[in-house]
Amino acid sequence: MSILEVKKLTLRFGGLTAVSNLSFELEENTIMSLIGPNGAGKTSAFNCLTGFYKGSEGEILFKGQSIFRQKPYRITKLGMARTFQNLRLFKDMTVLENVMSGMHSRTSAGIFGAILRPPSQLREEKKIKQVSKECLDFVGILDKESRLARNLAYGDQRRVEWARALATQPQLLLLDEPAAGLNQDEKDQLVSLIRRIRKDLGITVLLIEHDMGLVMKVSEKIVVIDYGQKIAEGTAEEVKNNPRVIEAYLGKEDEE
Amino acid sequence: MTVFYIVIQQIVNGLILGSFYSLIALGYSMVYGIIKLLNFAHGDIYMVGAFVGYGALGILGSRLGIGWLGIAAALLISMFLVGLLGMLVHRLAYQPLINKRAPRMSLLITAVGVSFTLFNGVMVLTNGEYKTFNTGLGYEGISLGLVNITYTQIIMVVATGILMLTLYWFINRTLYGKAMRAIALDQDACRLMGINVTKTIGLTFFVGSALAAAAGVMAGVYYGSIQFYMGFVIGLKAFTAAVIGGIGSIPGAMIGGLILGLLETAGTQLPFIGSAWKDVFSFGILILLLVFKPTGILGKSEIERM
Amino acid sequence: MGNSVGLMDRFRKILGLRKTQGILLAVLSLLVILLPLVANNYIEEVATNTLFYIVLALGLNIVVGYAGLVDLGYAAFFAVGAYTTGIFMKFGLNFWLTIPIAILFSVIAGIIIGGPTLRLRSDYLAIVTLGFGEITRITARNLKITGGASGLVGIQRPSIFGHILNQITDFYYLFLVLVVLAIIIAIRLHNSRLGRAWQYIREDEDAAEAMGIDPVKTKLYAYMIGASFGGIAGAFFAVKMTAISPETFAFTQSALILLAVILGGMGKIPGAILGAAFLVLFPEIFRGIGQMRMLLFGILLVIIMIFRPQGLWPERKG
Repeated sequence: MSILEVKKLTLRFGGLTAVSNLSFELEENTIMSLIGPNGAGKTSAFNCLTGFYKGSEGEILFKGQSIFRQKPYRITKLGMARTFQNLRLFKDMTVLENVMSGMHSRTSAGIFGAILRPPSQLREEKKIKQVSKECLDFVGILDKESRLARNLAYGDQRRVEWARALATQPQLLLLDEPAAGLNQDEKDQLVSLIRRIRKDLGITVLLIEHDMGLVMKVSEKIVVIDYGQKIAEGTAEEVKNNPRVIEAYLGKEDEE
Repeated sequence: MTVFYIVIQQIVNGLILGSFYSLIALGYSMVYGIIKLLNFAHGDIYMVGAFVGYGALGILGSRLGIGWLGIAAALLISMFLVGLLGMLVHRLAYQPLINKRAPRMSLLITAVGVSFTLFNGVMVLTNGEYKTFNTGLGYEGISLGLVNITYTQIIMVVATGILMLTLYWFINRTLYGKAMRAIALDQDACRLMGINVTKTIGLTFFVGSALAAAAGVMAGVYYGSIQFYMGFVIGLKAFTAAVIGGIGSIPGAMIGGLILGLLETAGTQLPFIGSAWKDVFSFGILILLLVFKPTGILGKSEIERM
Repeated sequence: MGNSVGLMDRFRKILGLRKTQGILLAVLSLLVILLPLVANNYIEEVATNTLFYIVLALGLNIVVGYAGLVDLGYAAFFAVGAYTTGIFMKFGLNFWLTIPIAILFSVIAGIIIGGPTLRLRSDYLAIVTLGFGEITRITARNLKITGGASGLVGIQRPSIFGHILNQITDFYYLFLVLVVLAIIIAIRLHNSRLGRAWQYIREDEDAAEAMGIDPVKTKLYAYMIGASFGGIAGAFFAVKMTAISPETFAFTQSALILLAVILGGMGKIPGAILGAAFLVLFPEIFRGIGQMRMLLFGILLVIIMIFRPQGLWPERKG
């Protein structure tokens, strides 16, 4: 069953068409990548999926429900989480507080809960902390929970982002260039983390990535786009040998 | 037929009011365009302009007479001095924050502080008293049926027109104008291209403040009296005018001022609004506009999110 | 007693104080409680006024400090509370019963102002709130029910257990209770799911939204709570003064409360208290300056923003 269906998605900025007629499906419990050369419209497509851009035409179904032109927080609440390409942490808050933000959509205490502090609210607070710590443990930085996010090394800040996304308890996780700025060692750890997210947590993963090595290694399915349009789709092997993909990345070999 | 004349008369009145709004709105829009600051103190700059003009007229009056020559000289002196004041405010209060890349909220609060300082400074200096412009200008003018247009009114509108045309020329035809427009687009790129960004921003403050001062002197001459709180409400309204036209847009500010002037004059004539509610009417327009059409008539629309 | 020690301890932690400073706080609290026994009328009046502004500053701090929203028309909520109580008491309603109505009306005002405008950029929001503040004042000036330009006079003094509150000492303790309640609520809000949501939005609105936080609703909550603080303060203001007029709620009033919050340090409870105290005490101590007061405040605001934007109270986190 497909968890995400994108049908004829189009996004225009004024006269520029950033995404054009893009369609693909994402099977539940798979790891899929969306790739393409610079400026191909990957990030635009990603932002349409997560609600940060409002698509011009088309349809996006998540678990059979339309999320086209929905607000980002609603999409997150439905079970789709995202990370950001350039880290968007709450820098002046602790690592644990950062991850606790993910639990917001899974909890409910409001004004009166905060002021009167009934037992239900105290239980909820405990739960938020517990889940957040589990997420930190999962990505391997539980020991840094009380540090300020701004004081962490870059690689660890990336992990905070992943933990924060996991804390929203998603069924689908969208990673925007997760390997950007990581060294080879950290990239290897990322590969195993993505696999563990799928295997241990049963979460479907969709990533946008530049690093071809990583994409080929981890993805079960790849969608290639160029000029906002899908030009190929298939397994790593299939995509690698597709002449249109080669052309898009390297340019035409020979003008005949 | 009488209704027709009343309408024409009100349009004339609305245009006069509107040209004051336009002149002040220009300063809001220019500063907003270049550093994205809502210069809260701008209404008070206008007020200071009126007082400087009053002072200049007092000194010059004995030499040049208090007729149009004296008024024109006072206007220019006030524009120059208040323009310098605008630059000083920019240098002392805003530029240190721009250098630190402080959040916009800090800049805004600083602007509130500057407004407070100017407002209360003038109040202390004048003991909160009204000052009367003794210009001796009469009510002679042209009568077209029941419509009376005084020479004072005609001169006001013509002077506003001249100031705006000069500004238009300055922005579009001079190197400084080009630098201003370039900075509005990309400050860092301008710095790399060797444009003196700080100086150009200062110049923008000079021009914007000078225009507000001109409006202040003209308002003093037209209405006959000035006081320290005259800038507060008109500042808000000029901001409304800038938003109507599309903040950041110079022709927008000109048109927005005239539209607001006309709307407000029309509004006061309506039985259910009247003069007691005219400010509520203007602020209501502002709020509705900000909520439903924040880009105004000529403003650029921004791409949704990020 | 055990409870109050626990509370003291929590205060101490929130304020980031060491044990010795905790003791200092306890001594200070004792002084505040005992003040009316030793002070003369004038000092009590000034102290009561200070307490009153602390409530307002704590309320505005939730909007400006916690949620990071500029509000230049906070006096509007204060006005709604004061007029609601004043008008309903004129119709013979008991003071204490007007309080929930005052809260309700000011919260409604908060929703009316906040609902459509919280999507706006911060500088637009500043102007809109200012516009609403002025609209409120002008409306109060023009309506009959609010007493027009001269306002409402002869508002009855409230009574509690048959004792009519008409001494300055009565109001001192009344406002002290309000301040303590306001502090507790402010602390609890700060350390809650909602309080964190405000902080997330303040730091990075997009990231907060990606985490499933509805920014508009969350900001609206801040507005509603801020408004109810203002409304309550207004209700008590009306019975303390027994007369209210539109000019009490002019822009200057809003700007002064904002100054208190910024002076002390946005988002910091002791900062808001310090700021409010400064605001009231400064002109009292320097009585000679008279009209210069507002001028100095304006200059001060600029200086703080340039040299110490985090306010007078030191940062908690390093």
